[in-house]
Amino acid sequence: MTVPDLAADLGRKCIDLLARLGHATLFFVDLARHMFASLRRPYLTVAQVHAIGNRSLIIIAASGAAVGLVLALQGHLILSRYGQAESLGLLVALSLVRELGPVLTALLYAGRAGTSLTAEIGLMKAGEQLVAMEMMAVDPRVRVLAPRFLAGMLAMPMLGAVFSAVGILASYVVGVLMIGVDEGQFWSQMQDGTDVIKDVGNGVIKTLVFGVATTFIALYVGYESKATPEGVALATTRTVVISSLTVLFLDFVLTALMFTTP
Amino acid sequence: MSQTQRTPVARADDVLVSIQDVTFGYDTRPVLSRVSLDFARGQLIAIMGSSGCGKTTLLRLIGGVITPQSGRILFSGATVDTADRAALYALRRRMGMLFQFGALFTDLSVYDNVAFPLREHTRLSEAMIRDIVLMKLDSVGLRGAAALGIAQISGGMARRVALARAVALDPEIIMYDEPFTGLDPIALGVTANLIRRLNDATGATSLIVSHDVEECFQICDYAYLMSGGRVIAHGHPEELKASEEPEVRQFIRGEPDGPVKFHYPAAPIAQELGVSP
Repeated sequence: MTVPDLAADLGRKCIDLLARLGHATLFFVDLARHMFASLRRPYLTVAQVHAIGNRSLIIIAASGAAVGLVLALQGHLILSRYGQAESLGLLVALSLVRELGPVLTALLYAGRAGTSLTAEIGLMKAGEQLVAMEMMAVDPRVRVLAPRFLAGMLAMPMLGAVFSAVGILASYVVGVLMIGVDEGQFWSQMQDGTDVIKDVGNGVIKTLVFGVATTFIALYVGYESKATPEGVALATTRTVVISSLTVLFLDFVLTALMFTTP
Repeated sequence: MSQTQRTPVARADDVLVSIQDVTFGYDTRPVLSRVSLDFARGQLIAIMGSSGCGKTTLLRLIGGVITPQSGRILFSGATVDTADRAALYALRRRMGMLFQFGALFTDLSVYDNVAFPLREHTRLSEAMIRDIVLMKLDSVGLRGAAALGIAQISGGMARRVALARAVALDPEIIMYDEPFTGLDPIALGVTANLIRRLNDATGATSLIVSHDVEECFQICDYAYLMSGGRVIAHGHPEELKASEEPEVRQFIRGEPDGPVKFHYPAAPIAQELGVSP
């Protein structure tokens, strides 16, 4: 391949990428606009919060517990070296509320709910259900996509809260009940050192942003998937990959904005 | 019978759908080239042709799912304009479409599928919707299946449920995309009868896209034959059956070879196998 060929190829790929980003952005704006229209029928969104949120609850709670247990063990090991074992509650709470809660919830959400959204939309497309809806003069973006988008935005902060809460409780079981850290210190240090706005509030904002990003990616990839079995399979994989990378990247950006020392 | 010219089926005020000089293609593959057709109100019209000749594309163009590259489509005198969403949706409310495999919503029951367009487009009470849904389901013989899920019904039944859904809002035109494909003989007869009965009872225009010559000829008032993206013949079923034109004959009699070749274009097989000089 000659240099001009390579340059042309690179140029084509860049244009292609920009076109896809532009298309996705327009889709996002469209979806955000239709989101308010779907509020007129809240039961559609409530059903989706149940489908997306409730069914992710067990995996989120179980993972939160596992992370809490490990954090308590590792945290105690390190803190006791410096005679600070009583700060275990604070360490666990800050780690979970600021970082691990939002990020791990989003990654699990992408794997559990995101893939199911993508597959559902992709299969609806493959079964001509979306075009049938269009032919009935019903906009699938209003009837199908917008309620799911809104539901994802609402479900993610709640799931993130469950993850962190269960994690803290699990660390209490290991730290206080099993290892013997002072219970009063465990809770009071956590209460003193955790700021409602700066720590909990920022954590909630993170889960909200991740919820928007992962749900949007899942819906967009599903809606744009090829209407074939391979197309849907590929779209499901793509959802996990793109969502995970986006969450990790966004987390870095948000952390840099929220938690850097002045 | 004439070739590719405008079809003299009906008086101008009787025309419900008018396709005027329409060309359409996917990427570089042309599907329809300068097709002009008029569909009269109240008639049951069949559009026939081999797979990939542009029949389904024609239905999608009428429904505004896709936009013609040139030419225009009129529905009841109004242009089907895909850019004007509100106007397009207003037109679509007057159309019903039966998809090849029903395209039923798999997360809803049979009842809720038929109720779907009523709930979306009317402010009728649930009691009223229930009455309409049961009447529509009764007309396709599936009132007893109202509570079933979509996974619990057969392919033939799914097609009938989809038909009940397509006529829920009493459309002016009902478009059928390959309604006979994959049906057993009983379901096939039932579906064909149903299409004819619905057409006569509702006074709607029916447009059937199919390659099932026998069934179509039995029920339709008028038929178009398409090949290679253009209309090669049209007329009443008897006229088409009597046609001596080779391409028409080949299709209607199902002859394997003729103007439409059995072999996809390729180099001679001897040359490909390397047995000839």
